Amino acid sequence: MTKEKREIIMFLIFTLAVLAVPFFLQGSYFMNVLVFIGINTMLAVGLNLLMGYAGQISLGHAAFFGLGAYISGVLTTTYELNPWSALAVAAGANGGLAFVIGFPILKLRGHFLAMATLGFGIIMFIVFNETVAVTGGPSGLSGIPNLHISSLVFDNDMHNYYLIWSVTLVTMLLSINLSQSRIGRALRAIADSEVAARVMGVNARVLKVQIFTVSAVISAVAGSLYAHTMTFISPASFGFNFSVELVTMVIIGGLGSIYGSFLGAAILTMMPEFLRVLQDFDIIVYGLLLIIMTMYMPGGLISGFNQITGFIGGKIKGRGGSHA
Amino acid sequence: MLKLNGITKVFGGLTALEDVSLEVQKGSITGVIGPNGAGKTTLFNIVTGLYTQTSGTVYLGEKNISFFAAESLAPLGLVRTFQNVELFGRMTVLENVMVGLHTKSSSGIISCAFKLPWQIREEKQIRENALHWLEFTGLADEAGITADNLPFGKGRLLEIARTLAVEPQLILMDEPAAGLNSLETAELAKLIRKIRESGITIVLVEHDMELVMDVCDSIIVLNLGKLLAVGTPREIQENPAVIAAYLGDA
Repeated sequence: MTKEKREIIMFLIFTLAVLAVPFFLQGSYFMNVLVFIGINTMLAVGLNLLMGYAGQISLGHAAFFGLGAYISGVLTTTYELNPWSALAVAAGANGGLAFVIGFPILKLRGHFLAMATLGFGIIMFIVFNETVAVTGGPSGLSGIPNLHISSLVFDNDMHNYYLIWSVTLVTMLLSINLSQSRIGRALRAIADSEVAARVMGVNARVLKVQIFTVSAVISAVAGSLYAHTMTFISPASFGFNFSVELVTMVIIGGLGSIYGSFLGAAILTMMPEFLRVLQDFDIIVYGLLLIIMTMYMPGGLISGFNQITGFIGGKIKGRGGSHA
Repeated sequence: MLKLNGITKVFGGLTALEDVSLEVQKGSITGVIGPNGAGKTTLFNIVTGLYTQTSGTVYLGEKNISFFAAESLAPLGLVRTFQNVELFGRMTVLENVMVGLHTKSSSGIISCAFKLPWQIREEKQIRENALHWLEFTGLADEAGITADNLPFGKGRLLEIARTLAVEPQLILMDEPAAGLNSLETAELAKLIRKIRESGITIVLVEHDMELVMDVCDSIIVLNLGKLLAVGTPREIQENPAVIAAYLGDA
């Protein structure tokens, strides 16, 4: 079986599993968690394109998520725009913003890039909080309408689940395609040796900005969907903590693995439910997890999983060999 | 083919290159030699757009490429290899060469994400071409190996395979034999000749004098940032100024 066929089958199995889950897991609580996993997967996949492929960090991605949510929220409440149009405007505006700030920001490397994106995230967080007349400030923005397709309104858990996950699946599929193309290779080449990539004719500066833009657009779509499914948004969801959580999802799942991003998103979305007993000390668990992962499984859970199966496979093969 | 006029490069107070003018003939193998610190790698970095010269001009054929960025030179057929082997370490050998075909393909983010029909065709073409260059350099068996796991000698070959995929007119090789054993160096000499036979001009910086004298048609000697001598291998070997530069003034 070729690698490409394996990839297609894997995606089909994943899609079927996603479609089938609501038949086994019921109850509004579970469905809500699953919707959040979908939104976070979208965000993690978007950030992974930037971090895992192009090798450029962003500590401000929650801002793009928030901006998408607020543009959609404000346009549909204050200006009574159609939610789908608002989603398109949010995506376009985020893309435009990322493109414009991408050129100066992505000239920076390593720690400096981390600081610049961190600054961007904090600025946007302040904007969400302080422009009370537009965003409602710290008390949030409520009454955001649900999305709908003619008479089908996405206003219950089941509808939301299928809405969010169809967009998430499309995002994953497009990202997988992208990662296996000349663009994906060029991005990984930039991450491994930018100077050699440039000598091979890869326009690193432009490509980094392009993928930053794509990543911001995905975040905006996720933000807009979030606003329309929750119908209420407040700045607290889009702060620095959430940016770090997104980075953690990508790293725990595996840099440069789309399914890894799903895994990371799933784990980090569910963890607070289990860590509730620890109250505010849950952050210690995140920290420990990040330390352990970077020390012992730098490739993330996905590559750790492959290592383990490879190890077991090797053992079995080895045993077979000695008997033969 | 390649023409440098009065290239000077000053780093702070240090003059790395001073008024260097030279010309590389089309279809030739030209060696650039000189003691450490002579400015050889600086010269390469200027030609390939990684540094900007303080003054002087660089022509590729008729084209003034003095201020071209590195990424805009590959489409014009100018590529290089690196002294410290700059591979894409986490990618496979095949994928490394496929990056070399970046300028030979044009699908953008949208067509790649949606796998549009022409993108699928182009991708297949890229793969086939890349395999061809792996065979040309004798790396076909290693196609699936991650570049970081490649033995050093094969890494050097892979860098050359990757530049060939660009289908260049001119390759600059920065110490291609450094770190190779004598057997590998002999293979390299064969490969360099084979590349020249396919019509590609080669300039190489090299410390391995045996290799330089063996494959080069013409040799350029730099010393302390200045052009010291130009000539055939025999002329250079007998040039008293060159001997003095290498062995120290008597």
